[in-house]
Amino acid sequence: MIDSAQTNELIASSDDAHGLSDHEHHDFRVFGLLTFLFSESLMFGGFFATFLVLRGAAAQWPPEETEVELLLPAINTIILVSSSFVIHLGDDAIKKNDVKGMRLWYAVTALMGVVFLGGQLYEYLTLGYGLQTNLFANCFYLTTGFHGLHVLVGVFLILGVLWRSRREGHYSDTQHVGIEMAEIYWHFVDIIWIILFTLIYILALL
Amino acid sequence: MAQAQIPIQSMPPMPPEMPKAWKWYDYFTFNIDHKVIGIQYLVTAFVFYLIGGLMALVMRAELSTPDPDVLDPELYNALLTNHGTIMIFMWIVPAAIGGFGNYLVPLMIGARDMAFPRLNALAFWMVPPAALLLIGSFFFGGAQSGWTAYPPLSEITANTAQSMWILAIVLVGTSSILGAVNFVVTIMKMRVPSMSWDEIPLFCWAMFATSLLALFSTPVLAAGLVLLFFDINFGTAFFKPEEGGDVVLYQHLFWFYSHPAVYLMILPIFGIMSEVIPVHARKPIFGYKAIAYSSMAICFVGLFVWVHHMFTSGTPGWMRLFFTISTLIVAVPTGVKIFSWVATLWGGKIRYTSAMLFAIGLLAMFVFGGLSGVTLGTSSFDIHVHDTYYVVAHFHYVLFGGSVFGIYAGIYHWFPKITGRMYNEPLGIVHFVMTFIGTNLTFLPMHSLGLHGMPRRVAMYDPQFQTLNQLCTFGAFLLGASILPFFINMVWSWINGPEATSNPWNGLTLEWTTDSPPIVENWETLPTVTSGPYEYGMGKTLPYLGINGAEVAEESATS
Repeated sequence: MIDSAQTNELIASSDDAHGLSDHEHHDFRVFGLLTFLFSESLMFGGFFATFLVLRGAAAQWPPEETEVELLLPAINTIILVSSSFVIHLGDDAIKKNDVKGMRLWYAVTALMGVVFLGGQLYEYLTLGYGLQTNLFANCFYLTTGFHGLHVLVGVFLILGVLWRSRREGHYSDTQHVGIEMAEIYWHFVDIIWIILFTLIYILALL
Repeated sequence: MAQAQIPIQSMPPMPPEMPKAWKWYDYFTFNIDHKVIGIQYLVTAFVFYLIGGLMALVMRAELSTPDPDVLDPELYNALLTNHGTIMIFMWIVPAAIGGFGNYLVPLMIGARDMAFPRLNALAFWMVPPAALLLIGSFFFGGAQSGWTAYPPLSEITANTAQSMWILAIVLVGTSSILGAVNFVVTIMKMRVPSMSWDEIPLFCWAMFATSLLALFSTPVLAAGLVLLFFDINFGTAFFKPEEGGDVVLYQHLFWFYSHPAVYLMILPIFGIMSEVIPVHARKPIFGYKAIAYSSMAICFVGLFVWVHHMFTSGTPGWMRLFFTISTLIVAVPTGVKIFSWVATLWGGKIRYTSAMLFAIGLLAMFVFGGLSGVTLGTSSFDIHVHDTYYVVAHFHYVLFGGSVFGIYAGIYHWFPKITGRMYNEPLGIVHFVMTFIGTNLTFLPMHSLGLHGMPRRVAMYDPQFQTLNQLCTFGAFLLGASILPFFINMVWSWINGPEATSNPWNGLTLEWTTDSPPIVENWETLPTVTSGPYEYGMGKTLPYLGINGAEVAEESATS
């Protein structure tokens, strides 16, 4: 095995990985995650397309007895969108080797995520209709539920980062791929929400 | 891109030292070596090929007489559904993409493994549970609605079995997406630095196109199947017209994946063809760039043709027109490949090995299937033969005469590399002859049956079709018997075959520069690429400086 000084030298000599076994090449995890999220976004794409097709065919959308509330989801949207900025503060912090700052901002992000999920749950409980009520309700609960599942996963990713960061030296300014990946995932969840909010809530006003 | 700057220290701690070679039981574990995973895929897929094949034989037995006298018709429906599903999702996709892709891509680009070895193993281990779900669904009657699972049929028949079927497909779909992520990153980032994009073996180009296509289309199928699952189990109405839902919507979501799935099953095979033909014709491949880019073109155009499966689903005229045109356009890049292979064969010093026989057989069979595909892609014709045996004939020519022939060619071609032993050539030829005759006996009469109006997916039919059906059944049993020489050859040769050298075919791609079978991390010292992968007959020696490859000398200049 090559020692790590040599390894770095080898890596510095080229942009791409080479000459090294799998644990000794560049870290491609961020690229891999982006590729995966691209694919994942198309699953949402399938749901959104379904929503639009069914909406286009319906006489009234949403039907009278299943109207959506606007205030709470709007607040929720503000929370989720701002959390994307908060998590970026955490990323900035770790780039300055400030683990404490990163922990703070990531914890705040996770909290905002939980508040979002709580708001979502509250909305479900107060709407007065369920998954099976009608076609709109089907779409509403399926898409928001599937997105909520992603928020939950994002919260767990952040909690994972927090859990790992309790160990001194696990993350540093040069070593924080996990933090970066959690952030990217969180932005992804946020972008999907903006589209979803537009489709379900804003379009309902038109 | 941020990831290029991230230094090496951020990787997880080093795994324990790799052993020199794997023991037999390592192949049954969560092993992260791409070669082990490749073999796991190939062997698992082959087992399901046998299971799916037996299902076909039982169905052909039923169809040897017009009356439903062998099977209960519901069991027949379950068999036809699972035959299709298993052959596609448990045999061709895992064998061609998971098997050859994982085994060959790192070896061909000079990498020690895939970019994400653990993810790779995880993707493989999603396949066996999915397979168990499919097999287990037979205890609940088996899914009845064909491999397309169109509602309303899929929502009113065998609900439990259909739900298990959905879970199985979502599992293999997830596996396929994870695999695709791995291939894209590996091919883009893990090549030896001396290998430029136009020196990548064509198989890797094909895998790259395949993976992009899987990333695009698979999640959409997952979305459609989740909706179907909700309709069956949670009382939603996405595909229930009586409550405002839309059955055609399901067909769009399904075919948005499942037409590209056809290319998922044939693009890696095209890649295998582009490797096998130049090696055994001893000539440079004709039109390297044309073949490479035509894979990308198929990948792109393939995303916009799906409605040609739905010409009879109340599709409006403009859609028929658009999708007829886009479908016929696919024939162009496909034709580019076919002509390039023919031009490569032209004037070559052809060695008729079993691999080459299957490759040439594929060329003939695929052109045949491709031509019937062009007729089916034309909406004015398709409307008349939709859901007849003509369609069955077409897709078996491309999937059996194409994909399965290609997998056979690949197995013979890389058998020495994978096992370190030579197979028995005469047995391979017997296998080819039986398969070739069997294929045509089974599937050629189906064109005529379809044109005369015999519908697909039926256990009983009009007596006028009996003679041709018996011919099909005879051919199917010949195909079934053709497995025997293959199976005996593989098992016997793997155990007792003469030892293979590192480069028995004098190939020029990188996998031939290492031992047969390759050592655990592929090379002691990584090879250096000094020229293209297909420069045969130019007096070139194997153009790599790898320690293990240096001993191999290429034959002198010919042709």
